[in-house]
Amino acid sequence: MNVLVCVKQVPDMESKFAVSGDGLWYDQSDLTYKINEYDEYAVEEAVRLKEKLGDVTITVLSIGPDRVKEAIRKALALGADKGAHIKDDEAHLKDPFQVATIIANYAKDKNFDIIFTGMQSEDRGSAQVGALVAEMLDMNCVTTIVGFEYADGKVNVKRELEGGIRAKVTASLPVVLTCQLGLNTVRYPTLPNIMKAKRKELKEFGLSEFLNTDPKVITLKAFVPEKKKGGIVLEGASDEIADKLISILKEKAVI
Amino acid sequence: MKLLLVGEYKNGNVDESFYELVAFAEKLGAEAVAFFVAPTDVKPEFNGKVYVADVEKAKEYNPKVHRDLVLKVAEAENPDYIVLSHSSYGWDLAPRIAFKWDAGQISEIVEVDNDGFVVPFCNAKLRRLLKANTGKAVLTLQSGAFAPAKAGSATVETVDVDAADEGLEFTGFEVVEKGGVDLTKAEVIVSAGRGVGKKENIEIVEKLAKVLGGELGASRPVVDAGWLPTERQVGTTGQTVAPKLYVACGISGAIQHLAGMKKSNFIVAINKDKDAPISEVADVFIVADLLDFVPVLTDKLSS
Repeated sequence: MNVLVCVKQVPDMESKFAVSGDGLWYDQSDLTYKINEYDEYAVEEAVRLKEKLGDVTITVLSIGPDRVKEAIRKALALGADKGAHIKDDEAHLKDPFQVATIIANYAKDKNFDIIFTGMQSEDRGSAQVGALVAEMLDMNCVTTIVGFEYADGKVNVKRELEGGIRAKVTASLPVVLTCQLGLNTVRYPTLPNIMKAKRKELKEFGLSEFLNTDPKVITLKAFVPEKKKGGIVLEGASDEIADKLISILKEKAVI
Repeated sequence: MKLLLVGEYKNGNVDESFYELVAFAEKLGAEAVAFFVAPTDVKPEFNGKVYVADVEKAKEYNPKVHRDLVLKVAEAENPDYIVLSHSSYGWDLAPRIAFKWDAGQISEIVEVDNDGFVVPFCNAKLRRLLKANTGKAVLTLQSGAFAPAKAGSATVETVDVDAADEGLEFTGFEVVEKGGVDLTKAEVIVSAGRGVGKKENIEIVEKLAKVLGGELGASRPVVDAGWLPTERQVGTTGQTVAPKLYVACGISGAIQHLAGMKKSNFIVAINKDKDAPISEVADVFIVADLLDFVPVLTDKLSS
């Protein structure tokens, strides 16, 4: 079986963000990057499938500047077989339609049976790319999965809805699956596997052979939102602020 | 300007989120028609034309079937925008419509601006103003961003269901067990988030809950990690709560969590990250590591 996992590298969301110089994105310097959390579940699920079936080749694809190779190496250390890096220093300026186009053009002649990816990215969060790739490649697609099983040439997945309800869906291959948080428990890469990952194939590709479309959505500006509500902010020694909090709670009669 | 609003019919009712779409149309001063997959006698409180595809024939949600039905209505009405909620239904269906309709999509709109639409990014720490390059566009709206507008009665026109999809088969629902905990009835909820760091630290938050006579809640990462059971999850995919006091310990405040607790009467948030989006809804925001602060607070409250 031939499996593709699409991963994005994103900053830690607990970082302090500032608007970039061009006013269109966040300032990408001085940030710590990691694999998009949703995509980590996608990698793990693919690796589990390989462990179960044996005859599975997992390719990990990422688009972005050179630093995204770290995300690919991490996925290789988790158990993927080979990496593909489509180099684009301005990946952040591509809209979801263009990102999906790049992925679909990369994947179209490679006969992937399953494409796993995250249901959204932590930074942009458009939740569009997976479903768009499926439309472009005319594949089945189930989004937001929290359960996965492969049996008899089909996949049985659970799709998360609101309020603790899941829809059970059976899909035939080829299929694009977008992964929700909590789909599985992502393993930690072991030191031997990190070393092994360094020797796995990681091919670099230029952007031009895969991107042949203009953006359908453009960014006019990025900005810091005004704080909506002026709550009380308490800072300082725990002892002091605990006293302050208790007196506020008593005053408001909530305790 | 004309909008096609794609509403959701759930549990025997028009889902309230539909009226947020109506409010959005009013805000744009646009004409609106609606589409539902629902029983043909559905009666949304909406002044306008509603296209209904019989849910008996369309059955449970299938993306290709719903996509093609929406496209059929779009062909008849030629709207400028097709609008959905940014829900599990909306974010699944919208990109598929956008692709076939040859239009751009703007996801999770929270505000309307003269030039375009405002969406959050980086966990709502920043925003972007976006504009479709394609003229027409598919839009999804963040749940709760537009106050529902509900009035009038609709004229219903049925849409034939002739599409089918062999590729996907719905085989049933699964409901997460609630167990013995009903958070919706608690007066005080103290919730643990990712900031607890490890399972052993849940106890720190649990002790505070006990001292306050409240229930222990959790945000998604804590449940995903298996540190607390699903029945304690607060948020869109868990329970929606509105207690007298809600204490969020080490919870950053992803929109899915905020939607589940922002109607609480009084909200205290404890977080190291001053910019965490939970600060938007907090009445008191404590800038501290919960592991240092919560034991001190618990001690003081118990003495």
